[in-house]
Order: sequence, then C-alpha cells, then structure tokens
Amino acid sequence: MQDLSLHILDLIQNSIAAGASLIKLTIYEDKEKNWLTIDIEDNGKGMDKIAMRRAADPFYTTRSTRKVGLGLPLFVAMAQRCGGDVVLKSTKGKGTSIKSGFQLNHIDRPPFGKLEDTITTLILCNPDIDFVYIHKVNDDEFKLDTRDIRQIIGDIPIEHPEIINWIQSYMKDGLNEINGGVQ
Amino acid sequence: MKTLKELEEIRQRTLESVNLRKDRTGARVVVGMATCGIAAGARPILMAFLEEIKNRSLKDITVTQTGCIGVCRLEPMVEVYLPGKDKVTYVKMTPEKVKRVVAEHLVNNQVVQEFTIGAAEKND
Repeated sequence: MQDLSLHILDLIQNSIAAGASLIKLTIYEDKEKNWLTIDIEDNGKGMDKIAMRRAADPFYTTRSTRKVGLGLPLFVAMAQRCGGDVVLKSTKGKGTSIKSGFQLNHIDRPPFGKLEDTITTLILCNPDIDFVYIHKVNDDEFKLDTRDIRQIIGDIPIEHPEIINWIQSYMKDGLNEINGGVQ
Repeated sequence: MKTLKELEEIRQRTLESVNLRKDRTGARVVVGMATCGIAAGARPILMAFLEEIKNRSLKDITVTQTGCIGVCRLEPMVEVYLPGKDKVTYVKMTPEKVKRVVAEHLVNNQVVQEFTIGAAEKND
C-alpha cells in the first residue's frame, strides 16, 4: 500500500464485509510525543478467538475467490516497521476494533495520502453505513459524522453527486484547517 | 471553511431534481475494492468516474464497489451494467481510460472493446 489512506480504505473493507452499520475511524497525531494512532471500530458481526488469532495471518481469509488475505497483515507489518504495533479486539456478535500506534516521524512511515478520498469512497459505495471520522492534531480536532449529514439532507440520498462532492471538499478544508494528514 | 449549513442549501436546490425512487433503473459502475484492487489503484479510478459524472452532469448512474473480482493481476477492474445489457468488465483501468469509458459506453452506449477483459485475455 502506497499510503495510510489506502491502508485505512482496505481495513474498513473488513468492517463492511462484517456487516457493520456504524464504522468509526479515529486518527490522532500527537506531535509532542511523536506518536500516531489510527483506530477503527465497527459494530459488525465480530470474530471468535480462533478467527481473531488467524486474522493477521496472510494465508487466512474468509473469501472464496483466492487463498490469501493481505489487508491486515500489510498494516501490521507497516506499524511494526515504524516502531509500533496493532491490537485487535473483537467480540462475536458485537464488533471489532483495531487500535494501532507508531512513530509519527519514523522514516518508514508512509505518507497519509488523500484521507478525504478514502472517506468519500467509503460513503459513496456504502450509502447504508454510517461513518464517523475524527482527526486530531495535538489539541485541534476535525469531525465528520454521516448521521449529522443525513439529518440535514433528509430525503436526498447521501450518495447524490452534489452531497458527495460537498463531503469531499468539507473534509479537505477541515483537515487543512487543523493541518491534519500533512505528507 | 465549509459549514454544515451549505448542506441545507444543496438540499433545497437538489430536492426537485432528485430521483427518490429506490428502484434505480440507470447504469451501474462497480469498482473492485479488495486489497488487490486498492493496491493497484482502484480509488483513483472511482474518483475519476465521480469527476467525469460530475463534469458531464450525468444523471441516474450509480457508482459502487465490490470485493475481489478474482483476477487480481488485471486490477484495477470495473464492471459496467447497463439496463437490459450484459455486464462488461474493463481491466487494468487508468483515469484516462475512465474518460473514454464514460464518453463512449455510459453516454454513447458503445462498449470500449479494447479495454475489456476479453481483449486483455487475447493479448496474453
């Protein structure tokens, strides 16, 4: 994966496949501690202990089209390469959370990439799922919650080109404002 | 800085033109969005479709995603479904190819044969 935004897009596909109706992404750039955390939480069907233990194994997948599952293993390898790690928690029937933390200025840390494109893609392709995206840089915070948007737009589908377009620029502006996801 | 208030304006503006029917009858563009697709550049492809649809103000086209289509070496892959027509699978997509698929296939109803999986398999 070229950048963190693509890792995130890939990881959230697991939440979608798990039938989640609410997916929360929290990114926290702590510049003083030089630490970056990326957490994803979903209310999907969760995993039992056996599936969870195997989730980071590249030769484990639940899909039938091929025999490897590289999404999570690639992300774990990236985090460990950057002096951090990933913690997976899951409760069958309740949901799954991925918590990761690693050095913000580590030489091997991939760039953030276009976070706004990742979230836009997710909302456009999964209009029935609610997404919460929180991005913090030190004490500044940007937040997007599709439930707030739905409340305002009412009958207009969230995947309407005008709405999607607005969401994309709203995020771009919001991230700019807090200087989030720079390089 | 954009504010949520603008959404209210968009709502007012689009309310009349919006097709509120749940049974969409228009074209469907499906982008493969598994690890293989994402790593190969599926997201820029999807964004390119979005951009073209916006620029041409095309109505009633659904852009969505699917998992692994099964031929990872040909990613990014896109499936186009037109009502009453067979599915067309485009392979090794680029944002440039997207422009032609939108213009020729979605607008003018002509499949871009040279980008299809059939053409790619013949060349192999």
